[in-house]
Amino acid sequence: MKNQNIKFIQGNEACVEGALYAGLDFFAGYPITPSTEIAELLSYRLPQKGGKFIQMEDEIASMGAIIGASLTGSKVMTATSGPGFSLMQEALGYAIMTEIPCVIVNVQRGGPSTGIPTHVSQGDVYQARWGTHGDHAIVTITASNHQDVFQTTVDAFNISETYRTPVILLYDEVIGHMREQLVLPKQGELPLVERLRTSVREGVNYHPYLPREDGRLPMSDFGGVHRYNVTGLFHDMWGFPSDNPEVVHDLIRHLVDKIRNNVNQIARFKEYYLEDAKCILISYGSSARSARHVVEYLRPRGEKLGLLELQTLWPFPHDIVNEKCVNAKHVVVVEMNMGQILREVKRAVERPERVFIANRIDGVFITPKDIRDILRVIQGKGV
Amino acid sequence: MEKCRLVFSGSGGQGVITVAIILAEAAVLYENLIAVQSQVYGPAARGGATRSDVIISDSEIHYPKVIQPNVLVCLTQEAYIKFYPIIRPGGLLITDTRYVKIQRKVDAQQKELPIYRTVMEEIGNPIVFNICMLGAVIRMTDLVKAESIMKVLKDRIPSGFLEMNRKALNLGMKLAEDVKS
Repeated sequence: MKNQNIKFIQGNEACVEGALYAGLDFFAGYPITPSTEIAELLSYRLPQKGGKFIQMEDEIASMGAIIGASLTGSKVMTATSGPGFSLMQEALGYAIMTEIPCVIVNVQRGGPSTGIPTHVSQGDVYQARWGTHGDHAIVTITASNHQDVFQTTVDAFNISETYRTPVILLYDEVIGHMREQLVLPKQGELPLVERLRTSVREGVNYHPYLPREDGRLPMSDFGGVHRYNVTGLFHDMWGFPSDNPEVVHDLIRHLVDKIRNNVNQIARFKEYYLEDAKCILISYGSSARSARHVVEYLRPRGEKLGLLELQTLWPFPHDIVNEKCVNAKHVVVVEMNMGQILREVKRAVERPERVFIANRIDGVFITPKDIRDILRVIQGKGV
Repeated sequence: MEKCRLVFSGSGGQGVITVAIILAEAAVLYENLIAVQSQVYGPAARGGATRSDVIISDSEIHYPKVIQPNVLVCLTQEAYIKFYPIIRPGGLLITDTRYVKIQRKVDAQQKELPIYRTVMEEIGNPIVFNICMLGAVIRMTDLVKAESIMKVLKDRIPSGFLEMNRKALNLGMKLAEDVKS
């Protein structure tokens, strides 16, 4: 008998299921490989539930559309890949500055530029962190299987509403395109964070950027009962531009601290066999599948190997990585770029000279053998 | 069960990716197994040698691609030349007699089946070529039941085409039985 809650689908489809579960009601985007299935599927799934889908003229406009829709009270998302993500950076900064919740999916392919459209890469980790200009903080999450794609997509919406911040879902071509099982959680099984709306009534002054005691900023649906200003310039509690040094200082501290002070709450990770591991692999996204394969293969053969799979990449969980690696003789970062998370791990651990990389940058999905070859070199077993 | 790794290869349009998805979906939805399917993207999917990988297992699958398949299906000469060297020693290599001329002995069971010819003679419509091939694969490997495949097809194709597909699946199974005995 078929279980209606089990689906055999692509990672991109799992992301769509997660977004719909989280309450997505507005999507604007411009299809691009390898993220296309997200837009394709939402083009009919969203209208079916009364939501809006718009195919925009480009990714600049897509970002503008979701920011506007979010401000009016919708839960919003867009999906793209490297070239489109580059175009989104300007408006992404605007969403950070104006504190507008939104979710941006980047299914990574090889770059720079149009790069290698149908092949895998994890080269956008730093772009997610610093793609837009100015001091800021950002949340970036990833996953290595479809159940986790679903869960992290729901998490992305929740975090974006909780902290009023854009959240980037940084998947990759392998995860986006491969098919595997997804068990759909029942309605109510996963907690959802809804929009925090102001209790200020019509006709009473509403201060859009005046935080509550707990630091959160209640929103008022734009076009509703309150008139207020939204600007990418530094702004005061009314939302009007200000160059008052105190206002500027306080706002930038607020934007950075609201994420940085919650790094452990935002941190999502999984660990396998770390208790007695002499060598720890650190990986994320599809690479973590190859890393896990190696660990599961070598453990029964007596190698004290463990895996720390990071889901939250930004804010980088430095303390957690430090603590997990404290007893390891070696740490090997497994990723498909020139060492973007490697750099963060080196900054996090006590002995950075013991951190190595097993990577692949040729568009080919990293294999368990690629990782084992590096392990042999590190362990002095030759090449 | 042992993990079974399959590679379906051929030319874009022959339906090798579709059967890979149907097989994996049948295993997951109706046989309580775990399966992962992936495929080549890009120009190869529209002509040239394309492939789709499936792994079926009763335990978790981490690395999702196939390096050495237990079962390799080649439906064009180009796909055969490109992929026959990767077959796992002792594996199963299935080719179609019309499209592939075997050139080399490999350390595997080589089964040359007249899939295309049988489909054209018995059904007269090449669109079920891939389903006939799938029938041969499931009969030779016992990975999933024919009924599970039919259940997946029921969800995916117009009901008017179901009977033709059932016939093609049965023909494929029959072909496999003939070479088995």
